[in-house]
Amino acid sequence: MQSNAQLEYDYSVVKLFTFTTILFGIIGMLVGVILAFQLAFPELSNLAGEYGTFSRLRPIHTNGVAFGFTLSGIFATWYYVGQRVLKMSLKESKFLMTVAKLHFWLYFITIPLAVVTLIMGITTSKEYAELEWPLDLLIVVWWVLWGVSMFGMIGMRRERTIYVSVWYYMSSFLAVAMLFLFNNMEVPTMFWANGAPSSAMHSISMYAGTNDALVQWWYGHNAVAFVFTTPIIAMIYYFLPKESGQNVFSYKLSVLAFWGLMFVYLWAGGHHLIYSTVPDWMQTMGSAMSVVLILPSWGSAINMLLTMKGEWGQLQTSPLIKFMIMASTFYMLSTIEGPIQAIKSVNAIAHFTDWIPGHVHDGTLGWVGFMVMAALFHMAPRIFKRELYSKSLMETQFWLQTVGIVLYFTSMWIAGITQGMMWRAYDEYGSLLYSFIDTVTVLHPYYTLRAVGGLFYLIGFLLFAYNIFKTMTSGRVLDKEPANASPMAS
Amino acid sequence: MFHWLEQRPFFFAVMLFLTVAFAGFIEIVPDFAKASQPTVGTKPFTVLELAGKQVYIKDSCNACHSQLIRPFKSETDRYGMYSLSGEYAYDRPFVWGSKRTGPDLHRVGNYRTTDWHENHMMNPSAVVPGSIMPKYPHMFTNNADVATAYANANTQKSLFGVPYDKEGMPALGSWEDAKAQALEDAKKVAADMKNQSVKDAVANGQVPEIVALIAYLNSLK
Repeated sequence: MQSNAQLEYDYSVVKLFTFTTILFGIIGMLVGVILAFQLAFPELSNLAGEYGTFSRLRPIHTNGVAFGFTLSGIFATWYYVGQRVLKMSLKESKFLMTVAKLHFWLYFITIPLAVVTLIMGITTSKEYAELEWPLDLLIVVWWVLWGVSMFGMIGMRRERTIYVSVWYYMSSFLAVAMLFLFNNMEVPTMFWANGAPSSAMHSISMYAGTNDALVQWWYGHNAVAFVFTTPIIAMIYYFLPKESGQNVFSYKLSVLAFWGLMFVYLWAGGHHLIYSTVPDWMQTMGSAMSVVLILPSWGSAINMLLTMKGEWGQLQTSPLIKFMIMASTFYMLSTIEGPIQAIKSVNAIAHFTDWIPGHVHDGTLGWVGFMVMAALFHMAPRIFKRELYSKSLMETQFWLQTVGIVLYFTSMWIAGITQGMMWRAYDEYGSLLYSFIDTVTVLHPYYTLRAVGGLFYLIGFLLFAYNIFKTMTSGRVLDKEPANASPMAS
Repeated sequence: MFHWLEQRPFFFAVMLFLTVAFAGFIEIVPDFAKASQPTVGTKPFTVLELAGKQVYIKDSCNACHSQLIRPFKSETDRYGMYSLSGEYAYDRPFVWGSKRTGPDLHRVGNYRTTDWHENHMMNPSAVVPGSIMPKYPHMFTNNADVATAYANANTQKSLFGVPYDKEGMPALGSWEDAKAQALEDAKKVAADMKNQSVKDAVANGQVPEIVALIAYLNSLK
């Protein structure tokens, strides 16, 4: 094929991952809303016996949205963006097509297996690495398949220079591979059962106590980095310029922000362990590097905002641009909030409180959620070759979800700081002023508000799912691919 | 240099990996070199306690409870002596938690009793009015997985050199020995409990989850 000929890209795998993004998004967010209501109204925790308690459901929510919704979105956009910026089509290679399909199906069976095992209480207890060893092995297989497809596609490229988005996707693949392997080093105990009828699913960590904690948060923090940050930056670097028809503001800033992020991010894991029993210098390092991290984080965000220079009018006309600019703004918010929480004296108050889930959610709902949905909105007219079904529905969704996020994080800020301050309050005689339960009951109104905020976001997501579904089934058929702004019916 | 790298994906990937891996290498290697040593008096968990820890993990208690007391007066007044690294030497996996929806449990064995836990796990808000903790009645009917707890302990002993069967340390022995010992320990816990069906189950040679869990919680000191 000649390099100047119009390539016909293959979207079959993109479509599959798009469906799972929506499916797992609905499930993961629904469980999240249930959890939020359980904290406000604890009777809800006992409606389904042992299978409906907050504690059993919590890992399903975290894994569901991180590895169900977000990873699906990452893979969907990778197979879309990858083909386009590398100027190759999956149609050109039977091998890579097979790898991509296998990647999808193995991934797809992993998620229901994860839900079933977690609801049964089969978990390693390590956050975001709860899945037991057989599932971990399955994950390794499809992660490697993703790598094969990635480097295979890069190998077949017609565009000599690899685009920024590909740098970020590549970093996700490499870093998660390393982090996942080291953190999930676990030993199945059945091999030392000595004749006892023990469970084949059970394993214990290779590391004990403080070392285990260190490896876990080196993983836990950087799973955030390389699942919730770098691939989402990869998306915005492709979709924002493409949708707005603007050039990326600065190449130099992209280089600086990329290598800066790569070097600094891993150090920051220590901020999860401040005032714990890990060595002091690591806590200080984690704290200091978290502050340094503002630089590369804001570098990318500012690069994106400045890409819209002179074109801010698009915010009024396109809800899609609005989603992406809002995502970028929330990225700035959570990457300034994180470093603030990592400062030792602030951490003393914030750690263990609801401010932490509050921080996580302005990143995940505002940045990750908005960007993934924007990416899917941009891809839909191109992969289904139809006009987006409803612009007004997008507008409604945008405002509903934005209000939801604001309710979420403001209530959690107040809850977290209130509780953190109450835990350390003394009366004039030097006795603790509040018993623990006082610091729980005081949170009820904030928990209720948060649950409502979460519900708004979920409803918005259902509108999104409906909009994509209608686009796919009854949007006006397009005769040629839109170059920039995605066409949408009012 | 960056232009050069961006046209050579292989070297780009290598450079990228080294940049990312650097921090982990610097941070993790030195700590492993001097793997944390147990503090004086730290003992590995007995098989029954391990079975209890497995219940703790199965129901993700660590989603809402920490086991890490920070070195602040407000924490030591509330929970007791701040945590030391060596106390976790046999904690595999660690269960420090990251959120205190409920209070810290690292030294809960010092100030709560079997009786308290029994009532509390059945109906938390009856013991602590206003509590938002779920009820865990299923722990009174499900049996703890003592066999896996034995495999767990034996893996720690064989593979990681955890000092079971040493002088002054918990005995492990064969599966039959360990099973008998776990039941013996369970009887001691059940003796302080009121729930008749739990008592009957233990008398019949079973170990309900609640018994193992209480043994574990009582061991946290």
